Amino acid sequence: MYTELIKPENLVYTKTKVMTDKELSYCPGCGHGTAHRIIMEVIEEMGIQGETIGVAPVGCSVLAYEFMNIDVQQAAHGRAPALATAIKRLWPEKYVFTYQGDGDLAAIGTAETIHACNRGENIVIVFINNGIYGMTGGQMAPTTLPNMKSSTSPYGRDEVEMGHPLKMTELVANLPGVYYVTRQAVHKPGHVRKAKKAIRKAFENTAKKTGVSFVEIVSNCNSGWKMRPTDANQWMEDNMFPYYQLGDIKVDGLFVNK
Amino acid sequence: MKELRLMKGNEAMAEAMIRAGYDGYFGYPITPQSEVMEYLQAERPMERTGMVVLQAESEVASINMLYGGAGSGKNVVTSSSSPGISLMQEGLSYIAGAELPCLVINVQRGGPGLGDIQPAQADYFQAVKGGGHGDYKLIVIAPASVQESSDFVKLALELSNKYRNPVMILTDGAIGQMMEKVELFPHQPRWTIEEIKEKKPWATFGKPADGERRIITSLDLLPEKLEAHNTHLQEKYRTIEKNEVRYEEIMCEDAEYIFVAYGLASRICQKTIQLLRDKGIKVGIVRPITLYPFPKDILKSYASKVKGFFVVEMNAGQMVEDVQLAVECKEKVGFYGRTGGVLPTPEEVMEAFEKSFK
Repeated sequence: MYTELIKPENLVYTKTKVMTDKELSYCPGCGHGTAHRIIMEVIEEMGIQGETIGVAPVGCSVLAYEFMNIDVQQAAHGRAPALATAIKRLWPEKYVFTYQGDGDLAAIGTAETIHACNRGENIVIVFINNGIYGMTGGQMAPTTLPNMKSSTSPYGRDEVEMGHPLKMTELVANLPGVYYVTRQAVHKPGHVRKAKKAIRKAFENTAKKTGVSFVEIVSNCNSGWKMRPTDANQWMEDNMFPYYQLGDIKVDGLFVNK
Repeated sequence: MKELRLMKGNEAMAEAMIRAGYDGYFGYPITPQSEVMEYLQAERPMERTGMVVLQAESEVASINMLYGGAGSGKNVVTSSSSPGISLMQEGLSYIAGAELPCLVINVQRGGPGLGDIQPAQADYFQAVKGGGHGDYKLIVIAPASVQESSDFVKLALELSNKYRNPVMILTDGAIGQMMEKVELFPHQPRWTIEEIKEKKPWATFGKPADGERRIITSLDLLPEKLEAHNTHLQEKYRTIEKNEVRYEEIMCEDAEYIFVAYGLASRICQKTIQLLRDKGIKVGIVRPITLYPFPKDILKSYASKVKGFFVVEMNAGQMVEDVQLAVECKEKVGFYGRTGGVLPTPEEVMEAFEKSFK
């Protein structure tokens, strides 16, 4: 009875062709799918599908290349910024981005992250921070919150024993090579719209050759956190957001006054 | 007109990178090969040919820059020395698994650990047996002179692209540091974008409007698929073994004993065989130029003709095992080696040979 409404002129939304038709491998409720989608939508809207090279990490999004309909290289754990550095320097007119989780970017890949940022590589770094190692089954990450339980901090993260959650985003914002730093979320429509705007700005920045654009997305891991998806989102708002505050940190090379 | 220069091995390799048309060099300083990047930076390769040179934050980063650069279709190279090469093993495994052409130069020094900064050949096993995790092979070529150091940089570009396989030049601190006359080969242009598109359609430099996206990965979660990929790799290695064996025979025609040595050790042995021939002992040298693929057949062909083999290495005995395998233990295989960066003298090699075959 609604078939007469299905006409091209009535179309208000459709899945971007820059996402493949492959079924996502992520857990229901996970933020990765939305994060993938908005990056691919930005690539479509900017008309740069043929000019973009993505670098996938090791972690839950190791298979990002299955879902992103662009040229992708899958990097060794933590090394995505090194790959992106070389690709961008050898193809200076292309758009190059990395997509990395917190274990990849803030633990094993800290050196590559800091130095790509410090050199001011003209790349986009998308950093998905859910405070846990998802793929390997919920171990403590460098970003795991104080007292937060994980399979390798079963009694909660003891900051004296296990160190403090690492705010990589604030850290890289201090480097002159970094031009744009923002922290976003993708669990609610309003947040998705803001995050997409941030990603668009980041991609546009790299064409200006002014240095790294760094977009953190604070996300969930209901499987690793052992919560129902809706509870995980609430827990994220109550616990992650106070520690990892959303919003712009550095815009056009200047710190944002809060 | 010939272009002759007196150069260090390290400098000759750097100049050869620019002339051979490499697109990018990514490296980290380490003795005894730091002249490579110093020479490159001083030469302003971006102005000469458009070649990118970047000092990375570590060897881990350099090898992964190679992975990125090679995956995007560019001809890329790095150089390091033993401890740095150890750090690169993870990346090399990924590069071999993803079948990316590139060149890695190891100017070896004494080990294990931080070791010292004197010439050694102690990384032979690491170079020819894989080095990193998984079943894979590098094509390994060993220069014995500054001339070959230059020439093999160009050869590596051809071989790595022919087989979509990483190539290692395995040299040492002495060949890297010593100065010799070198005839420089003429400049060959870097590949154009059209050439990259034609020769490397698998590379990730932006999805073609009318074609499928390209993926560079070494991941295959299905065991059967991964095994099929590994079988393909092994078949490729068999082809390389068939086509690319290189060696030099020195005074082998009438030889009753064959020395087997590569790189600097082969230079030392050239003096030793003169000393022995002065005494009337007929000796020759088979010098492997490719360490992988290893020149098994030529050694095997001598096994029934000579009285014995004598392997000389700057390590505690690594290539000697491959010689024993090649000659199937049909003849005695003697060995002499010095380690830790100590160079054997021609006289002590002679003494060791005489002791072994008295």
